[in-house]
Parts: sequence; structure tokens; C-alpha cells
Amino acid sequence: MTDNNRGIGEAVVRREDSRFLQGRGQYTDDMNLAGQLFACIVRSQHAHATINSIDGSAAMAMDGVVSVLTHEDFAAYGGVPCGWGVNNKDGSPMAEPKHPILAEGVARHVGDPVAVVIAESPIIARNAAEHVQVSYSELPAVVSMQQALDASAKPIHGDTESNLCFDWELGDREAVDQAIAGAHHVTKLELINNRLVPNAMEPRCAIGDYNSATGDHTLYTTSQNPHVIRLLMGAFVLQIPEHKLRVVSPDVGGGFGSKIYHYAEEAIVTVAAMKLGKPVKWTSDRTEAFISDAHGRDHITTVELALDREGNFLALRESTHANMGAYLSTFAPAVPTYLHSTLLAGQYRTPVIYAEVKAVFTNTVVVDAYRGAGRPEASYLVERVVETAAREMGIDPVELRRKNFIKSFPHDTPVALTYDSGDYAATLDQAMIASDYAGFEARRAEAKQRGKLRGIGIACYVEACGVAPSNIAGALGARAGLYEAATIRVNPTGSISVLTGSHSHGQGHETTFSQLVADKLGIDYDSIDVVHGDTNRIPFGMGTYGSRSLAVGGTAIVNAVDKIIAKGKKIAAHLLEASEADIEFENGEFRVAGTDKMKPFAEIALTAYVPHNFPLEELEPGLEETAFYDPKNFTFPAGTYVCEVEIDPDTGTTEIVSFHASDDFGRIINPMIVEGQVHGGLVQGIGQALLEGCVYDTDSGQLISGSYMDYTMPRADDVPSFSVDTCVTECTHNPLGVKGCGEAGAIGAPPAVMNAIIDALSDYNVRHLDMPATPNKIWSIIHKASAAAA
Amino acid sequence: MYEFSYHKASSLEDARSTLATAEDGKLLAGGMTLLPTMKQRLAAPTVLVDLTGIDMAGIEGKGDNIVVGAMTTHAAVASSSLVQQTIPALAALAEGIGDPQVRNRGTIGGSVANADPAADYPAALVGLGATVVTSKRSLSAEEFFTGMFETALAEDEIITAVSFPVPEAAAYQKFPNPASRYAIVGVFVAKTANGIRVAVTGAGGSVFRNAEMEQALASNFSPDAVKNIAVDSSGLNEDIHASAEYRAHLVGVMASRAVAAM
Repeated sequence: MTDNNRGIGEAVVRREDSRFLQGRGQYTDDMNLAGQLFACIVRSQHAHATINSIDGSAAMAMDGVVSVLTHEDFAAYGGVPCGWGVNNKDGSPMAEPKHPILAEGVARHVGDPVAVVIAESPIIARNAAEHVQVSYSELPAVVSMQQALDASAKPIHGDTESNLCFDWELGDREAVDQAIAGAHHVTKLELINNRLVPNAMEPRCAIGDYNSATGDHTLYTTSQNPHVIRLLMGAFVLQIPEHKLRVVSPDVGGGFGSKIYHYAEEAIVTVAAMKLGKPVKWTSDRTEAFISDAHGRDHITTVELALDREGNFLALRESTHANMGAYLSTFAPAVPTYLHSTLLAGQYRTPVIYAEVKAVFTNTVVVDAYRGAGRPEASYLVERVVETAAREMGIDPVELRRKNFIKSFPHDTPVALTYDSGDYAATLDQAMIASDYAGFEARRAEAKQRGKLRGIGIACYVEACGVAPSNIAGALGARAGLYEAATIRVNPTGSISVLTGSHSHGQGHETTFSQLVADKLGIDYDSIDVVHGDTNRIPFGMGTYGSRSLAVGGTAIVNAVDKIIAKGKKIAAHLLEASEADIEFENGEFRVAGTDKMKPFAEIALTAYVPHNFPLEELEPGLEETAFYDPKNFTFPAGTYVCEVEIDPDTGTTEIVSFHASDDFGRIINPMIVEGQVHGGLVQGIGQALLEGCVYDTDSGQLISGSYMDYTMPRADDVPSFSVDTCVTECTHNPLGVKGCGEAGAIGAPPAVMNAIIDALSDYNVRHLDMPATPNKIWSIIHKASAAAA
Repeated sequence: MYEFSYHKASSLEDARSTLATAEDGKLLAGGMTLLPTMKQRLAAPTVLVDLTGIDMAGIEGKGDNIVVGAMTTHAAVASSSLVQQTIPALAALAEGIGDPQVRNRGTIGGSVANADPAADYPAALVGLGATVVTSKRSLSAEEFFTGMFETALAEDEIITAVSFPVPEAAAYQKFPNPASRYAIVGVFVAKTANGIRVAVTGAGGSVFRNAEMEQALASNFSPDAVKNIAVDSSGLNEDIHASAEYRAHLVGVMASRAVAAM
């Protein structure tokens, strides 16, 4: 029977909320295995130091301490691998220094793991960790990218020539140079995309378990992609055959990218459990998370946009330095390159684009993908330089954008992508109306009467979701596939288990995927269960990141459902004594076309598993199908965001008084979940623009913003009540027509906010301001301008 | 957290004598600063003397004063009808401390004894000319706060109450740190029987009065009278959120807003 209220397009309340809101989720740290021991990691307090010796004897002597491990205990194993190789301009491979599980003679950032204490309780482990005597000789720290690339700077890795990881390029340099040289107007901006600390609500946790009788390893971990961890850790680090390694990621409390990567702690607990014959658990605390979770962003960029007299874009040139941190995290090299510079066309017809990106090692925590991953950085520089060009040329910023929009699809950009669909004018128009853009000047004047500086800013972003296809990604350096897998297991009574390779850590997959299957099979939503996060239960899948789960994982599910329907038709044809070609499937019923002869889905399921009247000579019994789906292309969500701010000139405080988002995510399965994703992304984008700044002491390499006392996470009272709507142009290359919505807010919000702030400060002759736009920074601009005028 | 021994005091004398004999004893009131500090292993007292068993909570009017017991929570001060009627600025200040959890555990005695340079209460105490009553004596607020996290309290001295003279009018304006929500600058302005008082927290190492603003307001009690008084930035706090110059500027802005709110 069709479930009319819980199919595609319905705002079904999230199934997951019942357990999460009641505190009944099952997170990794909620698990406790019999005989479990606890690991505490001794981390470097220095940004850069030689480790002369490690003496664990005092710690070992303490009651309850079981073991102290150093890098020597991991000598048989590989380092933490990087999953994406990028080549230099000359075709040579990037510098890829070893990322040891525990520091081997040198600590390269504050927080670098140096030793591990394993004890009978977390407190004993932590107390004992303070008694591990590490003798360090401090080395000069290179903290900023400028310091790292200075000719006098020593490489922080002994086996590389310099601190340059790679020097990469994309696009036609000569054509761009020529276009810029001959342009009517060139707008040049230097900007910083500020480093962020991810701060998932649940800190990372890992439990290693080893069964010496069978030789089976199990790793419970807070991962966005358990199969990726199984492959990376099994094949590249510990040489555990994959059939002997099970990775389980149960409920996971947020990831935002920071839980994609394979981290040393996962290898540590796996090895320790094997050595000690007991399960070993490590749980990060928040302080540890600040110095051990991969950070995000951290680019320094020069961007130039060339325009003709009428405002047509002629060329764009980017030169960026991207901070990798002390080592290469799993996907770090891809973020400022293939996930970034490929998006420099934005929504525009810019005919030629050239990007060069230098990736740099520094004595800081590793940097990798964080919500948006390269695309927020691209959107930020494009939308800031377009806005600045409009101001410089005296053209309305909305009209300048509209004039340069891509208007026909498919569209090949000069930076390697083919946008399949979109309607950028539609989202712009919708946003202009919803935000009452036309009425802004009256609001500005009213605010001025109250002594406030009001500004409006827009951003027209495009993102690319579901990195694909695997063969092209592989040619560009990806060391993994980028498909997704799903199994539809129809149970004998017609209920369904959906086994998906996607992983839900807040996205509501259990709801959305059930809606999808309920709709496609015409069966009750409540008879569908979604299983994810356990390599022993699901097909080999790539997990969830890059807003890929619906476009890639959802398509795999749909393809598997189609196989179920196809087999069901064969069974129905047999039961109904009709030709298979005459069987139609609709609303959960297999019907002989044009007759009232039909069999409900549940009866077909039962027949498949109790095959007494079944074409056994032609068809296998059972009803379970698997599909692997490798997309032909990325999907390209896009939209226009309009932000309105009021600045208090006395204090420099920015208040976001309204924020409207018009997005095109393609077809939408659950509008409520999509709206929630947009809200969350916007809050993170606003956080980057106004609040979040990761600050290192440039001499010592200590993380100054190392806790919530100094690192400003956005809170409810920092953001307005959002206004959001959507337009739909369907993706042309997946059967659902879906695009993805997880990162859009974090991509489009920062430039919208910053453009609004620059607009509000238009009386103060300010061209650019780096994020986060703190009250102190804004006050300084106002104060200096006022002092100069006086 | 390191191991420590715990003693729930049955009386003020019990608390005092336990503290006096402890090697490194600390009083535990609401624990909103002490416990996180201990959890981060930045403090390691050997003995915690818990004051929650001693009846030192409550708010009462005594003549022209409002006396707030040392163990009174911020939430109790914020919601007290007596405080709201007599010193609404004090109730509003308490309502703006931390978050609901902190306000329902944290106490005025604990806050004052900790003397955090960015705490709100010190501005109210100095701004209103309050008296800190201890197990030994009574001190004026200005005598009490001696520096950054420093007070005049002796090793075994325990705050029992804070007595606030009811002012003619008062207001507190705070510019919060966006991360911690402590005061980057907080200014408490009061018209009292002994004249106008302007007390500043957050900006310096400890709460201080601004005599120039007090004099300016005495002759012209208006926001403009203080807004443009230049505050010397030398010696003011400086961190990743606010430079000393910015803090100096904010003192004038917050003072002016406090006056406007009165």
C-alpha cells in the first residue's frame, strides 16, 4: 500500500530524533567491552622539538598501568597514509613525508602524539601520562606559511627539500595573463580564508578489540566512512587483511569532515588491543580535540578579476598558499586544488581562469576538508572579488553578477567542470524578492537615524557535490573510488532492510532513505529500516562527505530497488501466469497490464523466500539486490544568499538583522531535513565570517584559541531567524534529479556576510576586511577613518 | 582532576578551622570556576571544603542596605523581587552572568573571592560602594579587590555576605567577550548617597573606578558627559579579542550607555 504521507517530498519528522533527543543514542564512548583498558596519549607541548628520549618507567610503576607505548612499538607498521596525491606544475609528485603513528624522534606540532599510556581506568592512564618523561630539545617553529617558505626556514621534515608540499596549477596561464594585461579594469584582492577548528559535538573516540582465538580485529570509531578506515588502516598501516578487520561507526555526533580521515589513534588502539589481548578505548576530550582533530580552511590568496568596459568578465587569476599543517591528512592535498580551484568559475561565464596553489607544511595541526572543503574558499574569493569589482566600476553588484551568469546548460567551465543544470537567475530573482532587496535603501536610512550602519550583501555560490566519476578522480590523484553501494534486503514478510555504504552522523539518512524506498516500492515507511556504519553488515561503501549521500548513496539505493522490482516482476509473472513484459509495478502492486490480476509486494517477497510455487529452474530464490553506483559527474547545487547587517559604530559589533537563502538543490526528498541542513550550514558560515578564528602564537606555535574561552563557536543568539526557500532544476545525470544540500550554507554565507559588512562600512573607505570580522577589527577601521577625518 | 579530599563543613568555624589546617585547602562554593580549573588540572588543591552545608544563602533588607548571603546564587539575585525593586541594576547584572547552569550554581561569594578581572560582580561591588562581610571583619569593596585574582582575604578568612547600599539609581553595561561571554569591558554607574561612582571591570587587572568620569557626571549627569572622556590604555588588558586601545574606548561607550539606561 502506498504511504502517501511519507514518500518523496514529504517533511517527515526524523526517525533518529526519538533516540537522540532522549539521550538514547549509542555513540562509541557509550560502548564498554569486557576487560576494556583505557589509553591516554602523551602529546607534544612543543610546536617543534627533537625528542631525545622517552622514559615510561615511572608511569609503568604506577598501580593500574598496563603499558607505555612509543614509536618503537609501531616500528613494524606504516605511517598514516594520504589518500590523494597532487602533482607539481612540472608533473613531479608532491612531497609526501611520513606521518608516523607516534612521533619518531621529532614532534612537529603542539598535540603531536608522542607516547601512549594504557591503564585500567581513564584517570590512571591520564595521571600516568604526566609521569612519562619526555626529553625534548626545542627547535624553531614555523607557524605561518610565510615563515615556512622563507629561504632561511629549515624544512620541518628531514626528508623534504623545503616546506613546500606542492606547487600546483590549473588553467591556461598564458591566456589569462594576456586577458588581464589588456583588460579595461582589473580588480585585485588579497585575502585570508581563516583557519577553523571543526568542533563536532561528539569528540572522537576509538575502541580496539582483538580476538586472539579467531584473529579478528574490531575497531569501533567515530568515523564518517568505516570502509575507508578499514581499507586505509588495514591495507596501508597495519597490514591486517580486510576480512579480519571489522570497523564499526555507530551513532556519530557530527563530523563536518573532521571524521573522514584515518587518525593515528585508530591504529594505536587496534595495535594496543592486539598486543595486550584486551580491548583498548581512547576518548578525546575537548581540549585534545582542538589540537588533534584536522582543522579547516587556512588559505592566503591573491585574486584578480579582469573586466571589459561593460563589466563582462574576461579572466580570473588566483594565487593561493594553502596550509597543510605538519603532515598530510587523508584528503588534504585535494582540498585546495581539485575541490577548490575547479570552482573558480562560480556562476559566471568567465572565459579563462588560471589558478596556482602552493601547499605548505607548518608546525601546526593538520588541515583537511571541513564542511564545504575548498569550495567555501573558492566561493569566498570569487564573490568578494566580484563585489569589489562592482564597487570599483560603479556597477550594481546584482546586475554585474546577472550580466555574467551562465545561462545555458550544460556549460563547460575553463577549470575542468561541466555544469549539467541550473537556473542562476531564478534563485537570484527569488532571493531579491524574498529579501526585499529593492527596499534596502529605506532600511539603511532608517538605521542611520538610529545611529547604525546598515549594509546588504549578496553571494551567488555554486558548489560541486559527490566527487566523481572514480576514473577521472583517480587520474587526478584520488587513491580511492568514489562510488556508493547499497543492498536492498527484502525480508520474507515484505519488510525491508536498506544496507547503505553512506554514513549518517546527523544528516537523517534513516528517514530520507526510508522515504525514498517507501516511495519507490509503494510500501509502508515503517516497514523499512536503514542499516549503516558497520563493515560486517553493509556492502563496501565510501561513506558520507561532500554532500554526496543522496546523490550518490541514494542513487545506489534506487538502482538496487529497481533490481528488486525487476526480479519481482519475474516472480509475479510466474504467479499470475502472464508474460513478464506485461507486468507493471505501481503502488506496491505487481499487476498484469490492463487487468485486475495483481500480487501485492509482500506476497512476492514471501514467494521468493518460500519458493514452493516458483520458477526455480530460471530464477534464484530470495529477494536481495545490491547496486554500486559511480556517478558520471558531480552535481552542482547553487543559490543566492542575501545578508543584511547592522554595525554599531561605537563598538564595532555586527548584528545580522536578516538572512535569506534561495537554493537550488535539485529535487528534494525531505524539505524539513534540507532546511535543517541549510540552517546548520549558514550558522557555520556565519561563524567563520564573524566569530571563529583559530589563532596560533607565531613564535611558540602554541594554539591560543585552544578552548571555548577563546574560540568563538556561534550560538543561537549570534544568528537571526533564517528565511530560506528553494528553486528546482533537476540534476540530469542521476535518476532522482537530486544535487545535495549539506555544505551550501557554509559555502555561500561567508561572502554574503562580508559583502554586507563592507557595504555597511562604505562611508569609511574600506575595500576589504579579513574574517572573522570581530568588533575590534571593525571598530579599528571606523576609529582610524574618523581620526583621519578629524 | 587530581585526587583531593572532600570535607563538607557543618559550620563556618568548621570550614575555617579545616581550611586553616589544610596543606592546600580551597573553599568550594558553586564551583563554577574552581571545578573546571581542577578538571583541566590547572589547580590541584589537597582539600576541598564545601560550604553548601552552611546556611549563608539569602537576601534581606537591613536599613538602607541589601545584604546578600555569600552562598546566594546569581539566579537568586537575578530573580529576587527585593533586589529588583531596590537595585534593579544588580539583578540585571546577575541575570547576565554566564549561562543558566552557571547562574543556578555560581554564588556571589565564590565570584567575589575569585576576583576574576573579567567578572561582573566586582563592578557592582565597587560601583555601589558595597561592604564585604567576612568571618573576621568588614571591608569596603575597594579594599577587598587588590589585584588580578587577588583579594584582601586572609588564608582562613571566609566571605559570609555582601552588603549593598541602595543607590538612588544605577546601571551596568557590559561588552561581552564573544567566546566566553565574560566582560571585555563592564561599567557600573551609580548615584549613591556618597556621590556618583563609576566602576570598570574587564578592562584592567582588577576592577577600578574612573574619577574623571565620576567628576564629569557630578557636574553634568548625561551620556555625553562621559562618552568622549579619553581613557588611558596603558596597563589595560590585551588579548586576541580586544586590544588595550579598544578596551579603553569601550569604557567610555559602556559608561555612556549605563548613564543613558539610568
